[in-house]
Amino acid sequence: MNARIESEPGPVKNRTTVERKSDREVVVTRTINGPARIVFEAFTKAELLKRWWVPKSMGMTLLSCEVDARVGGKYRLVFDHGGPEPAAFFGTYVEVKPYSRLAWTNEEGGEGGPVTTVTFEEKGGKTLVVLRESYPSKEALDAAGTGAAEAMVETFDQLDELLVALGESSGQ
Amino acid sequence: MVQYLPTRLDTSFAALSDATRRGVLEQLGRADASITDLAEKFRMTLTGMKKHVGVLEQAGLVTTKKIGRVRRCQLGPRRLEEETAWLERYRRRWDERFDELDKVVDELTRKEKRDERKNRK
Repeated sequence: MNARIESEPGPVKNRTTVERKSDREVVVTRTINGPARIVFEAFTKAELLKRWWVPKSMGMTLLSCEVDARVGGKYRLVFDHGGPEPAAFFGTYVEVKPYSRLAWTNEEGGEGGPVTTVTFEEKGGKTLVVLRESYPSKEALDAAGTGAAEAMVETFDQLDELLVALGESSGQ
Repeated sequence: MVQYLPTRLDTSFAALSDATRRGVLEQLGRADASITDLAEKFRMTLTGMKKHVGVLEQAGLVTTKKIGRVRRCQLGPRRLEEETAWLERYRRRWDERFDELDKVVDELTRKEKRDERKNRK
């Protein structure tokens, strides 16, 4: 795929890039200013993960965050997104290699959910984070796009609109 | 922990992953054409071109209409901007998330350095 979007680099802020690798894969990259060990901890410790996974600007509140980052261990994040029911995101860790690699399933959409793989590569005190969301097959991806999952997309779209509004009003 | 990809967009991305199909879109952007015209232009069999057009049609990027014995193709109601907008929204979401991660990691890294200095004293 050629579609690729990058943000402008700021004085301290690094660029986040998103790329469609195929019809069933999206790859996000970003360099984080810190060693891989600490970045890895921020991904795998609940008290740290909950500080960044849901930026305030997303308009969602994290109600609970449970993380058991061991192979076969589970995670569960519950959000209040302003709807009648809170939304839960949950799954299982399938790969946990301290400071270098992490993979988990996304099971909230039922079977055929994507697997998220994150690699951490340290260079000169900074860490390149490569996050890959990969569906087991094109069919699984198509199936994931129906029902509850579609509703979720709409929710996120609404959030994006809210985000823009908030960004404008706060002059960011 | 993931944001779902809308299926419709994914069909488009799949449709756009092929150089011939991108070429067909470009061609149709200039003028409508029949499947025969397109097959000739891209030096391809009619069957092959029909398949490509079928994929583009499914993604809503092309519409076709049978006039007599000829099938005319034209650009569909969807445009590439939609795909780009989707990617940008996706990117922005991750960008914000990683900005927050940067803050957390920065704080922890500083704290560790402070602690190291203390321990050395």
